[in-house]
Amino acid sequence: MRARHAISGWLLLLVALHALVLFAGFFAPYDPTEQDRNSPYLPPMRLHFVDNQGHFHARPFAFAVKLREGSFDQYEEEGTRALPLKFMVRGANYRLLGLLPSRLHLFGAESEKIYLLGSDAYGRDQLSRFLYGGRVSLFAGLLGAGVTIVLGLCVGAAAGYYGGWRDDLLMRLAELFLALPWLYLLFALRAFLPLAVSPLEAFLLIIAVLGAVGWARPARLVRGVVLSAKERDFVRAARGFGATDGHLLRRHILPATSGVLLTQAAILVPQFILAEMTLSFLGLGVPEPVPSWGNLLSGLQQYSVLVSYWWMYLPALIMLPFFLGYLGLGSELQERTEAYKIGS
Amino acid sequence: MKPARGNCSSQRILFPLLFVLAASFALPTAASPPQKSSKDELLVVPGEIGRSGGRLVVALRAEPKTLNPLIAADAPSREVISAMQADLVHINRPTQLTEPALAKSWKISPDGLRYTLVLRSGLKFSDGYPLDADDVLFTFHVYLDEKVHAPQRDLLLFDGKPISVHKTDSQTIVFQLPKPYGVAERMFDGWAILPRHLLEKPYEEGKIAQLGALGTPPNQWAGLGPFRLKEYVAGQRLVLERNPYYWKTNEKGNRLPYLDELVFLFVPSADAQVLRFQSGETDVISRLGAENFSVLSRQPGDYTMLDAGPGLEYNFLFFNLNDATEKTPAEIVQRQKWFREGKFREAVSAAIDREAIVRLVYQGRGAPLWGLVTPGNRRWQDEKLPHPARSLEKARALLKEAGFSWTAASIGESALLDSGGKPVEFSMITSSSNADRAKMAALIQDDLKQLGMRVQIVPLEFRSLLDRVTQTKEYDACVLGVVSTDADPNVDINVWLSSGGTHLWNPSQAHPATSWEAEIDRLIDEQKYARTFEQRKKLYDRAQELLWEYQPMIFLASPDILAGAKKSVGNFRPAVLEPYVLWNVEQLNLKNNAVNATR
Repeated sequence: MRARHAISGWLLLLVALHALVLFAGFFAPYDPTEQDRNSPYLPPMRLHFVDNQGHFHARPFAFAVKLREGSFDQYEEEGTRALPLKFMVRGANYRLLGLLPSRLHLFGAESEKIYLLGSDAYGRDQLSRFLYGGRVSLFAGLLGAGVTIVLGLCVGAAAGYYGGWRDDLLMRLAELFLALPWLYLLFALRAFLPLAVSPLEAFLLIIAVLGAVGWARPARLVRGVVLSAKERDFVRAARGFGATDGHLLRRHILPATSGVLLTQAAILVPQFILAEMTLSFLGLGVPEPVPSWGNLLSGLQQYSVLVSYWWMYLPALIMLPFFLGYLGLGSELQERTEAYKIGS
Repeated sequence: MKPARGNCSSQRILFPLLFVLAASFALPTAASPPQKSSKDELLVVPGEIGRSGGRLVVALRAEPKTLNPLIAADAPSREVISAMQADLVHINRPTQLTEPALAKSWKISPDGLRYTLVLRSGLKFSDGYPLDADDVLFTFHVYLDEKVHAPQRDLLLFDGKPISVHKTDSQTIVFQLPKPYGVAERMFDGWAILPRHLLEKPYEEGKIAQLGALGTPPNQWAGLGPFRLKEYVAGQRLVLERNPYYWKTNEKGNRLPYLDELVFLFVPSADAQVLRFQSGETDVISRLGAENFSVLSRQPGDYTMLDAGPGLEYNFLFFNLNDATEKTPAEIVQRQKWFREGKFREAVSAAIDREAIVRLVYQGRGAPLWGLVTPGNRRWQDEKLPHPARSLEKARALLKEAGFSWTAASIGESALLDSGGKPVEFSMITSSSNADRAKMAALIQDDLKQLGMRVQIVPLEFRSLLDRVTQTKEYDACVLGVVSTDADPNVDINVWLSSGGTHLWNPSQAHPATSWEAEIDRLIDEQKYARTFEQRKKLYDRAQELLWEYQPMIFLASPDILAGAKKSVGNFRPAVLEPYVLWNVEQLNLKNNAVNATR
């Protein structure tokens, strides 16, 4: 009972977070590709409730900032000009879920822009980029992990269950895939592809590449579990009663791999989001100016960004609840299967 | 080591030679004494007097490929070689003018065909072996030898005919040119004079191009530069030591260089170089990006950061204007119809916000660019070139004139359509390892979006980018940059000439594809043989104006040369020409306490 409750907790968290990302157009205040060339690397604006005269305002506000004279990235707050935060404002065009055209945003300010998470090198709103970027990264990560797990499961189960030459063949293949120099293969792949890849093509490509690269490890893990599961007494008994291979796999053996697979999935999603960053660097990822979490993090590869603009770390920090959600869900699911096994 | 000590005592006597040297400029070459002088004629260089001793540590981005000036093509090799070798006439990096080096004087015949150079007397290679005219003859013989494949060889050919070199005595060399050459004595800069006593035998055996590996034993390698080889540790460092026979002195008459050792560390990434510099492991840093420069300037440390002003790097956007072959994909042929339209290119140029590039990419440490010659090249910059501000209205008007139209604005921006109703979409390739250019591309993409063009940025690994531009020619547009190695624009002649391999928008043409390219070819050829600077400048200015008129290259911006050094480094005066910081390496010195580290 306790375990069931926890699952719904983690699930709720993940559903809520994914909804944020899915409805990015509404939650994000601005167009993620819109540059504001007069405010590069603007630090996050602080929301205030009390103004300089000490008056309390129910509506939070930020102070307008201006670039310090002769500087590139040093700003100072203008204590006199307040930008009150407005809710349900009309702003940049977007399509809700890619379908419904709309201009409604959860919040915004009237005359000037409010940067709650600061801005990047081109003065683009980090919060909007984070929310929109999640659409690409989370779903590429999820689908990539899904493809990987399914492939790994099939190959691993086949190798472990049937054994013999099939096992040898599949496992040697898996070893080959683990040993391949992927970086160079990706270079070669890039050369074969047409020069310009649209964001959608890039997205599908990322999933395909992630799936193709990742299947070997879960396949080996699954094979191990299957090897031990198929020697269990109840499996032998079922076989003795004349159960078919399909039935044995479906009913007795594959359920035993769920724990391993779920943990793998929970690890793979964050890992693939990072892999997407590498792909972006090779020109295989999502092209500029479309945001992705990989693109957001890649700025941190530069030393100067690392030491000068602390708010560039923020996307990494807000990714944590997402990853935590996956890990939590994975371990709870695993616990539940264990509990079920002990109980049976 | 022994000859080194013997030399120190003799150099005091040489001090009065300063005026002899100055006088020899005015003397015609025939009047210079033919017999070998018993005294050494050293070059006295002005500058603050430094302390002798100590070691200076510098970081290189990569391990140099070779020490051999005949085959060196990469920047780290050139940087190391410039500290170990010397040329007959040298271009002073800060003034960008020529000054005497191994040759104490030169004379050009009235017809501009005969250059007579007189060597300093008493010159010795870093192994103590004396230099004479035969070494110079040997050097140019080797550079000209086709079998050696020296990359600079083309510069000694005039319409395919080589320059001829002979000596009149052991100090005097005559260069006979097939045609007058506008570059004049500047052409002698950068030709390292080679030690015949070490290289003649390998040359005759055909092995000279294999020499000069970094692991060469120090006693088998010599040059005329301020430093000589001492030690090489693969993957880590190259150590050079003071050349005791160097031919320059300071104003007090002490032989240069000041430093005992010059150490090159191999530090592969720019960020790692910054960290090494910050931690005090290296003494100077150059080739800095604006971001790292401001990080270093902001954090107080025991170093000085200097902005030497705009350098000679020019960044530009160009479109694929190559002739289509049967292999060219149909989409590219289709898009080339836009690219070939002069007004289209002009519109793109008008829409680009160059000021924003300078501000956002270089943090203001750079200059917007409208022509190939950068503001850092003071003598050759064309002041008459227009510098129009960004104008989207003008860009739209130009596109309209050229028959383009726009879709009605629905959601988002309206799209640009060509006369056939096709939306204008193309890709722009850029090097994935160059963050600055990737940023420029992102800004241009946004600028062009406002004209309704959909541009996709494709970051490519640098080699595959070059392959696309020069070999397969399968690309739409490209953002690239070139660093001129000298202020004289002739170093970029292969960019200008339609037959040149780096005439990027349409390289290595058999015949100029357009009339304006033919005209540029003619102007550049003419200036090559023009006699005076003014004549050449006029022709170059005209070529630049043509380039501006037709915009095959849309110039963007030029970054400043940024450098830094520990406060203890004396004579630190970075120049905008390569090697930015080490051009006066013989004068660099370590003040007070820093010296005793090596004692």
